[in-house]
Amino acid sequence: MTDPKIALPKIALKGVRKQFGPKKVLNGIDLEVGKGESLVVIGGSGTGKSVMLKCILGLLAPDAGSIMVDGVETTKLRTREREKLLHKFGMLFQGAALFDSLKVWENVAFGLIQGEHMPRAQAKEIAIAKLGAVGLSPDVAELSPAELSGGMQKRVGLARAIADEPEIIFFDEPTTGLDPIMADVINELIVQCVKDLGATAVTITHDMASARKIADRVAMIYEGRIIWTGHAGDIDHSGNAHVDQFVHGRAEGPIKMQVRAL
Amino acid sequence: MDRTRAPTPRRGCRCTNAKSKDDRSAHRCYDRIAPTNLNKDAGRLMGFLAATGRAFLIFLEATGRLALFTGSALSHCVRPPLYPRQILRQMIDIGYYSLPVVGLTALFTGMVLALQSYSGFSRFQAEGAIATVVVLSVTRELGPVLAGLMVAGRIGAAMAAEIGTMRVTEQIDALSTLSTNPHKYLVAPRLIAGLTMLPLLVIVADVIGVFGGFLVGVYRLDFNAASYINRTWEFLQPVDVISGLVKAAIFGFLIALMGCYHGYHSKGGAQGVGAATTNAVVSASILILVWNYLITGIFFSTK
Ligand SMILES: Nc1ncnc2c1ncn2[C@@H]1O[C@H](COP(=O)(O)OP(=O)(O)OP(=O)(O)O)[C@@H](O)[C@H]1O
Ligand SMILES: [Mg+2]
Repeated sequence: MTDPKIALPKIALKGVRKQFGPKKVLNGIDLEVGKGESLVVIGGSGTGKSVMLKCILGLLAPDAGSIMVDGVETTKLRTREREKLLHKFGMLFQGAALFDSLKVWENVAFGLIQGEHMPRAQAKEIAIAKLGAVGLSPDVAELSPAELSGGMQKRVGLARAIADEPEIIFFDEPTTGLDPIMADVINELIVQCVKDLGATAVTITHDMASARKIADRVAMIYEGRIIWTGHAGDIDHSGNAHVDQFVHGRAEGPIKMQVRAL
Repeated sequence: MDRTRAPTPRRGCRCTNAKSKDDRSAHRCYDRIAPTNLNKDAGRLMGFLAATGRAFLIFLEATGRLALFTGSALSHCVRPPLYPRQILRQMIDIGYYSLPVVGLTALFTGMVLALQSYSGFSRFQAEGAIATVVVLSVTRELGPVLAGLMVAGRIGAAMAAEIGTMRVTEQIDALSTLSTNPHKYLVAPRLIAGLTMLPLLVIVADVIGVFGGFLVGVYRLDFNAASYINRTWEFLQPVDVISGLVKAAIFGFLIALMGCYHGYHSKGGAQGVGAATTNAVVSASILILVWNYLITGIFFSTK
């Protein structure tokens, strides 16, 4: 199941490039994610992990390359078709991106009400259940997002991403800003989404403990390319100096940080 | 080569600060053109042409983008599903909460009109015409234009700020991933609300403006109340009011369009949203004045 070569990959990127002005961010990304697989993407800050997810979702148009979802090329879809395709996706944004004009439960229920035309009362029940799953009590549901702490907003964003049980879920740094215990609760929730719902998950994280827990496979992005992919168990002996340095968080190594001494 | 007299390098080129020769030759710039007068002039001319061309292209691009945006937003206004909750919210925001400011504007405009035309018209013994002047000015021109400008400041700015903030905090991206078209969910309701609510506001403004003129006419200038009202109705034609309402509908549409367009395309953080807000108000105000002239021309030109 986790071997992408047996079945049609759920998501397949080939030679995806994206640049902003003169700045090349993605420089030929090749990546495959199998159905029901949990892939963790690691890589330094600013290497284009979030940009890659946005390209797959079509929020940014890649300059070149192909992105297939369920074997269908998505880079040239028209608006209507793209809307239909996005029904399959759920996304937790790095900055949560909650709708601040709506209450917390309306945020979580948004996809159910607008996308699936569920009655509001029923959607509210589901929203409160999902909020429970991310450790938020029902009275939080009536607050507005601005009244929540950063970690709470992140969890609401997570609840919103999984509320309509999408086939593919992207988590952009789901545990950043959470305390270690809550981080582990969220890790389990993500594992549960993959195992129980059979969802395909792509998670970006800097938290290696979280990566070990969530991942079937790990991919490392560096200088706009995927330089290594492998099973989660292999990240400690990847045989790749870049991955080694990243996983162990060493300042010395092939990855040079662009810093100048004070 | 005399560097101090070299023509200004093109924008973004660091040649004049470049330390090494290598560094400088990596850029294409006018430093490398031999400094004979002819070439220098040619260089300047090319620079000027390039700048003009660039500005023109940017202008074309912006126009095209606005046209596409308008077309898409309009098509979403008539294609179901619509979002009644959003439309209602916007209608209340535009129609109801703008009442005080539009009402006050209309009241004082009507009052000052009566005062001004009295002092002006008495020079040629035409004081009797002020009721007519007040009602025609208010319904044809001042009601829609002043209400439009006030609402542009109030609503256009708010729309640009709200949508701009949604853009920079990725809320618009989040809408898309929840299979909701942002044009349909954010833009169409605002356009519909602007288009329908401004005429209603202007009806109220017309009544209040005429009432303001009446107050000044009767209590300050000692006109007879009944004859003032008679004079008000005497020369008023349906087209006076209708043209004002058509203007109002178009102004409402323009205000919402500019607020949404600038908000939707804002970039950067708080600064970008601030710029979007300013642009929304300024462009809406200018468009209101231009279209006011055009519509007046269509309705009232005798040629
Ligand atoms: N809309 C944009 N316009 C211009 N540049 C952008 C834009 N979005 C991203 N970038 C640039 O692309 C690069 C990659 O950004 P991205 O957000 O993907 O980083 P990241 O890998 O997610 O980093 P982090 O781990 O810090 O979240 C950054 O250097 C950023 O400057
Ligand atoms: Mg990121």
